[in-house]
Amino acid sequence: MNGWSHHLIIAPILIPLVAAAILVVIDERQRVTKAMVSLVSMLLLLTVAFILFRIESGPNGYEGVYLLGNWSAPFGIVLVLDGLSALMLLLTASVAIAALVYSLARWHAMGAHFHSMFQLLLMGVNGAFLTGDLFNLFVFFEVMLAASYGLLLHGSGQLRVKAGMHYIAVNLAAALLFLIGVSLIYGTAGTLNMADLAARIPDMEADRRMLMEAGAGVLGIAFLIKAGMWPLCFWLPTAYSAASAPVAGVFAILSKLGIYVILRLTMLLFDSGPSAGFGSTVLLYGGMATLIFGTIGILASQALGRLAGFSVLVSSGTLLMVLGINDGAVSSGALLYLVSSTLTISAFFMLIELVERSQDAGANVLAVTMEAYGDADEDEPEEGDGVTMPGTMAILGTCFAMCGILLSGLPPLSGFIAKFAMLSAMMGTGAIGVPPTAPVWTLIILVILSGVAALISMTRVGIRTFWTSLEGVVPRVLVIEIVPVMFLLALTLFLTVQANSAMQYMDTTIRTLSNPSLYIDAVRNATVVPGVDDGTGEGY
Amino acid sequence: MEIILSIAIGVMTSCGVWLILRPRTYQVIIGLSLLSYAVNLFIFSVGGVKTNVPPILSEGGGHDVLADPVPQALVLTAIVIGFATTALFLVVLLASRGMTGTDHVDGRGEKR
Repeated sequence: MNGWSHHLIIAPILIPLVAAAILVVIDERQRVTKAMVSLVSMLLLLTVAFILFRIESGPNGYEGVYLLGNWSAPFGIVLVLDGLSALMLLLTASVAIAALVYSLARWHAMGAHFHSMFQLLLMGVNGAFLTGDLFNLFVFFEVMLAASYGLLLHGSGQLRVKAGMHYIAVNLAAALLFLIGVSLIYGTAGTLNMADLAARIPDMEADRRMLMEAGAGVLGIAFLIKAGMWPLCFWLPTAYSAASAPVAGVFAILSKLGIYVILRLTMLLFDSGPSAGFGSTVLLYGGMATLIFGTIGILASQALGRLAGFSVLVSSGTLLMVLGINDGAVSSGALLYLVSSTLTISAFFMLIELVERSQDAGANVLAVTMEAYGDADEDEPEEGDGVTMPGTMAILGTCFAMCGILLSGLPPLSGFIAKFAMLSAMMGTGAIGVPPTAPVWTLIILVILSGVAALISMTRVGIRTFWTSLEGVVPRVLVIEIVPVMFLLALTLFLTVQANSAMQYMDTTIRTLSNPSLYIDAVRNATVVPGVDDGTGEGY
Repeated sequence: MEIILSIAIGVMTSCGVWLILRPRTYQVIIGLSLLSYAVNLFIFSVGGVKTNVPPILSEGGGHDVLADPVPQALVLTAIVIGFATTALFLVVLLASRGMTGTDHVDGRGEKR
């Protein structure tokens, strides 16, 4: 990676930042202009993410270290692009563009500064995926969180304010834990650069290392709150189901951000050496508890929004358990699962609102009361203008069925392939060839059971929504609303067809990750650009 | 010096934890503020507690006449971010108070 393409690494942070700055000053009434700026930024972001992804999936990946301010690591701060972060960037851009297009139908007009906050959220998420420095991770995390507070409250209403208040309180406490963890690590290791930290761990004295591990544990809790590990997850279904549909759609990526950081740090810091395997037991059993909780939640939830919220927990739980096993072949299947489940859940959140539109009037008993006392859903936005989708019920039904198949992991879609890759690796028929131990058997059973629960729940809701709706009210769905959902589902279809190359990419990524020295050397050997000020003042 | 600092951090943390577990939003926000003060002090102290030492390496001076500048930079960032998010939380708190008519965190409880 050289020349102009090297500077592309910073683009996923700069593009949304610039767009957000422009959007803040544009008057709120000029909605079309705002939407255009936002859309252009998203298209640019998607293009850049795609180019970076292509570069990383090429034969000579792993050269993407970008020295901000041209100071060599660990003194300056760095951005690091590798297979994992490139994948996450592309996933974020795909989910975000779908959510943005969806919001253009009506949600973006429901409150002030929707587009600016949306762009800032993306900036924070992209920054967190790219940074190679723990404190910058905190800063980007806070940028992302601050934007997400605003987005969660977007549309207002009592339910959102209540859920938002819990969400903010939990995340403020998590941010404080994050700070404690970071400062403990700095106090013991003397560095915040992830690569430098990984290189220093083997040489640390035992008592210092113990404190460092305590710091890493506290840090981990902050991310586990974000990822929604039981018992830190009770805020999640409420907050996600209270958020407006496009916001919930893009929030699907936030839980995966927690997973990403845990994956990155465990693979980098605790892969080998004296601290090897630190925290893996917690991840394994915590993941199991999360999965059980999520499965029960899925079975118990009547409202579609909560069902989707608990699906997030199931997905997180599965991924955390796999991180706890920490086995290469299983992890590459899990990466595919991460991508597939994020796309599915995001599409599902947006689909829910469309499906529930037919049920608004379908609450027959309430209909009379609503006529007498006015519409109960005052916070629902008025219908937007645009082309209505023909054959609405058929399309909604198909999308819903696809979501159900993907969530429960039935063939033929990518949900099945991802689960199959994970489970076959766990059973030892895959690359490892070791018979599974008792926890792994429990895990296999839990994953299968969670799929069954999702199937039962989705079938129940599907029958109630599409078959037994007595009135036959066809909701008015705009093309611009259903197309993003179809786009995300088409991506999972693409993932299914291209499963072989996708799995190869995941395999390569995991193999690179499980060799931390590659990362460490790449960061340490990154050279400053000659000819400009290199910190000694000689360049001038 | 160290012992006073540690006691201060400990007392503020315990007060903060107790307060954020209380049911009124005002108590929660004061608790969060106290916790963030404690955390800020904690960050500050991980660089080692030194008095009358500048955070700049002087000519010929060893590292014992240098206060670690990194925690100072970190704590500055943490203060700014903590301040902003607390202010934001305060707005949400007021909105919730206006909508539900109570300052209970769940919007329940007797109206006042």
